[in-house]
Amino acid sequence: MLKFAVRRLLLLIPILFGLSILVFLFVRALPGGPETALLGERSTPERAAQVRAAYGLDRPVYEQYASYIGKVVKGDFGVSIQTQQPVSDEIARRFPATVELALMGMLFAVVVGIPLGFVAGRRPGSWVDNASTVGSLIGIAIPVFALGFLLKYVFAVRLGWLPGTGRQDVTITTEHPTGFFVLDGLLTGDLPAAWDALKHLVLPAIALGTIPLAIITRITRAAVQEVSNEDFVRTAEAKGMTKQVVTRRHILRNALLPVVTIIGLQTGLLLSGAILTETVFAFGGMGSFMASAVFSRDFPVIQGGILFLAVVFVLVNLLVDLSYGFIDPRVRSS
Amino acid sequence: MHSSRRRGVVALGLTGLLVGLAGCSGGSDSSGDGDKAGGDAKKGGTLVFGTSADPVSMDGAYVSDGESLRVVRQLFETLVTTKPGGTDIEPLLATAYEPSNDGKTWTFTLRDGVKFHDGTDFDAKAVCFNFDRWYNFKGVQQSASVSYYWQTVFSGYAKNEDAALATSLYKDCAAQDGKAVINLTSPSASFLSGLALAAFSIASPAALTKFEADKVTGTGDEPKFEGSFGIKNPVGTGPFTLETYEPNNRLVLARFDGYWGDKAILDKVIFKPIADGPARRQALQSNEIQGYDLVDPADLAALKTAGVQILERPAFNVGYVGFNTAKKPFDNLKIRQAVAHALNREALVKAKYPAGAEVAKEFMPPELFGYATDVTEYPYDVEKAKQLIKESGVANPTLEFWYPTGVSRPYMPDPSANFQAFSADLTAAGFKVVPKSAPWNPEYLNAADTGKTGMRLLGWTGDFGDPDNFIGTFFRTKQKAWGPLEASIYTDLETARQEPDEAKRTDLYKAANKKIMEFLPGVPYVHTKPALAFAKGITGYVPSPVSIEDFSKVSIG
Repeated sequence: MLKFAVRRLLLLIPILFGLSILVFLFVRALPGGPETALLGERSTPERAAQVRAAYGLDRPVYEQYASYIGKVVKGDFGVSIQTQQPVSDEIARRFPATVELALMGMLFAVVVGIPLGFVAGRRPGSWVDNASTVGSLIGIAIPVFALGFLLKYVFAVRLGWLPGTGRQDVTITTEHPTGFFVLDGLLTGDLPAAWDALKHLVLPAIALGTIPLAIITRITRAAVQEVSNEDFVRTAEAKGMTKQVVTRRHILRNALLPVVTIIGLQTGLLLSGAILTETVFAFGGMGSFMASAVFSRDFPVIQGGILFLAVVFVLVNLLVDLSYGFIDPRVRSS
Repeated sequence: MHSSRRRGVVALGLTGLLVGLAGCSGGSDSSGDGDKAGGDAKKGGTLVFGTSADPVSMDGAYVSDGESLRVVRQLFETLVTTKPGGTDIEPLLATAYEPSNDGKTWTFTLRDGVKFHDGTDFDAKAVCFNFDRWYNFKGVQQSASVSYYWQTVFSGYAKNEDAALATSLYKDCAAQDGKAVINLTSPSASFLSGLALAAFSIASPAALTKFEADKVTGTGDEPKFEGSFGIKNPVGTGPFTLETYEPNNRLVLARFDGYWGDKAILDKVIFKPIADGPARRQALQSNEIQGYDLVDPADLAALKTAGVQILERPAFNVGYVGFNTAKKPFDNLKIRQAVAHALNREALVKAKYPAGAEVAKEFMPPELFGYATDVTEYPYDVEKAKQLIKESGVANPTLEFWYPTGVSRPYMPDPSANFQAFSADLTAAGFKVVPKSAPWNPEYLNAADTGKTGMRLLGWTGDFGDPDNFIGTFFRTKQKAWGPLEASIYTDLETARQEPDEAKRTDLYKAANKKIMEFLPGVPYVHTKPALAFAKGITGYVPSPVSIEDFSKVSIG
């Protein structure tokens, strides 16, 4: 298992190296550069040239890349052209928001999706099954931004039950030692602040979690249905095992493997940043940050952000692969 | 029984999770203190204002974006400012100012008893320290993206590091007893209006030094602004001080009790970044914020109906159809005139712009001095357009007409709607229109700057109250975007820029506007009034055409 993990981690080196070249070339192939984005209507050819020179963008691409990669290996991702702050600081500031939102969204999807998919799979054709099918299709079909605005309109604007923007009430003064606002509240003993941060997570997590919820529900349903028809389940039932034991030990455990794979992949995607959800809820994480970097041609941010997210994606999937061993002893022994 | 209970649990899962959390919240407490001000609403309280982004820096010398400048204006002050709601210059940190006869020396008499937030004195030495600091910018500090306004008003630096930069207008500054004397290398009348820009805010020399405002390390592709002045420790003389800045979350300003003038009414102003326009609107409706800028014109009617206060800034922009006279057939005056007569500008402004927008006759707004009421006008007249096409000698004229996508500007909320309306007008007059579009930033702007566009939709929002910032920006120097103009337009505008006598200057700009509209390098068609939205009961906010807006007079009623 350890060997497997080390091998996968070593694979990161060629992946990141290749990716760095691709991203570097890709951002420079985009029409225009940061100069026009920075200057807007006020751009003139002379001023644009001046800005390009100030950021070294007038040098040959290979020279720019050599200089860039030399710094990256030392852990220096450069400075954002837009905010003038180190990219690593910007990522450190925004990534906790993305993690909080992704975990909350996934928690919502798992807590609702697995039981729903399980019941639907065990009772095909029942009202729960039909409702989950219709709900899943709606969940996949409805655009996230539309759902986000709808949730905000109902629960923030009309009912006033939940906040609809930001990560915490801006009138609350509290410490943020980790950048994870809920955790920060708990660590500093400021429970009202933690509770407030949790409330700010509810609506964006539901908006973000809807698609994973629909997928998890469908996958769980299919897996449960398939496993329920396996010989070993019928044998277990014939041996007189109680329904709960058959369900827990035989059906659920075997059906969980494909579900865990999907959870891993979806979590990786959510951690890459949820552009629309973050934008609609003004929940400043990696997604909205990267999107704005692309629009403003903030090359160091695009490059550093993509490399960072690639590492996150690989690590999350490694964790998923390792978790198979805990769910399925056959994987562990092989 | 067992089965039905489980069904119930599943069915209620989502609702329970949501209602449970919400129900325990005890109602909305996410608003600012807007509602909490209660009976003593006039004094104190906290206003939460929705912004489209965090400030890039609170060091005014390094920024030119509206969100940074909004914060800078509350923390710092300039020598002169504009009258509330207008563009006329009035004293602020200077109580009086006087140009020399040759217009090259300006003497500013400074206000007594003013302290910076750090307790140090504001005096002539502090003024000269700031001017000398800007003048001596080096390396990336000289980039147009960093010190854009210094370049706009003063052209160059002590040691220009780019050949394209001109000689600096600023020469030196002398601190005399209660007076700062600023010497210029050539006369410039737009200099005074320019000084009202937040970019020329006077900062505490002690704080600039202590917090290393000029510490820029790294070279080439990695300049690093390492000082903390602009991010954590901005120190000015303004009515508010910085309490907390948590990027991506909130920026909190607190009343400065040592302020020399009327103290701020509010205890605190909190700027909350909400990039998305519709999200800002919803945040106002749910009372998470009590005001926001950049209201979408499409939302105005609904917001007014909902009882939200809409405050309009006086028009200080222009939307225009620009020609590149280096390209055929735009080198032909008759064709330019035919286009002008063919465009039904009144109909477009009436149909596609919010109330308050007005049809433009020239390239600067009527609020500004130098606006001429008797320029050549080109009323909508299809027959005349057809006649002019015949007279032009151009058979079947084809117009390459560019418009941007993925953008909404105050002077152009929906570019494609403008393009469609104008395109139909031009076709009706006998032109063949070839549509060309590109994403606004950077493709479209690049195409315009480099002279690739034959005819384009574009516009401008003024930075400060001087005609040089409108027609001077467009036509004082040769630009690829416009192609060659009548040579005297360039020289007339340079003369007007230098003229120290205000009455003479006004006449020079009036004459220039007439000449420009005769030459017709483009067709200006609209001036709009950008709007802000505030919740009921918020009073005291005065919208300014140049966005010099003060939160210290705002109260929660």
